[in-house]
Amino acid sequence: MSPAQELEVQLKREVEKKEEPTIPLRTYLPNTDIFETESALMVVMEMPGVRKEDIDITVEDDVLSVLGRIDFSKYEKLQPVYTEYNIGNYRRTFTLAASSVDEHKISADVKEGVLTLTLPKAERIKPRKIQLT
Amino acid sequence: MALGFADPLDALFRFQRALDQQYESDWLEDVTTGTGAFPPVNVFRQGSNFVAIIELAGVGKNDLSVEVRGNTLQISGEKVVEYVDNRSMHRRERVAGRFDRSISLPVQLDANRVAAEYRDGILCLSLPRAESDKPKSIKVN
Repeated sequence: MSPAQELEVQLKREVEKKEEPTIPLRTYLPNTDIFETESALMVVMEMPGVRKEDIDITVEDDVLSVLGRIDFSKYEKLQPVYTEYNIGNYRRTFTLAASSVDEHKISADVKEGVLTLTLPKAERIKPRKIQLT
Repeated sequence: MALGFADPLDALFRFQRALDQQYESDWLEDVTTGTGAFPPVNVFRQGSNFVAIIELAGVGKNDLSVEVRGNTLQISGEKVVEYVDNRSMHRRERVAGRFDRSISLPVQLDANRVAAEYRDGILCLSLPRAESDKPKSIKVN
């Protein structure tokens, strides 16, 4: 995509829930890029308004779950007069290929509302060069 | 404002135009100089002032420009999505590009006191109303 392209508003997609939450809180799917390098799987998620300490990342049974919570307290004293987007928490879950990731070496970094997860590949699935003898 | 020998009808037309704008404007009005609808903006009232909260995930502070003129707000910049070399993409949902949005508020702003704060992908603009625009209470004798 050329950088000169005009940006358009990406509509927020809501998470389809199996269970209903007790509070009428909205949850959105963060826009996510996933790519693979030689040594790791990279997951990049856009979660504007989520502070570093409000992000939960878990990997369990090859399922990666990310939850980003919005701090609603700063909206309490504000009275909306004009709105174009809604706010809510972010949640997204991905199933990883079975035991492909070294779960203990996962690292995360947040910058400008963008979470970058580095999931190093397990030794077992790294490409190996076979020496011909 | 010009004082003195102004056409009395002119003043009337101005007044009508102002009234029409009141009816037509549904808060933020897009201004012709801006091009797009990005970024989305929420506006809140805080006492007699306003606060605009804008989602701009992944836009660097240095790639962002905010200008205020009278009652017009212009937000422009560029969002860059970078990838490392030698990768294979599995999923691509984030978009990159330039944006330029001008919006006009139905109140006059005190441009000198507008404050902008960018944190965690959210741009927060505090928009104080101009003193001249604030309602004045008039004592009834």
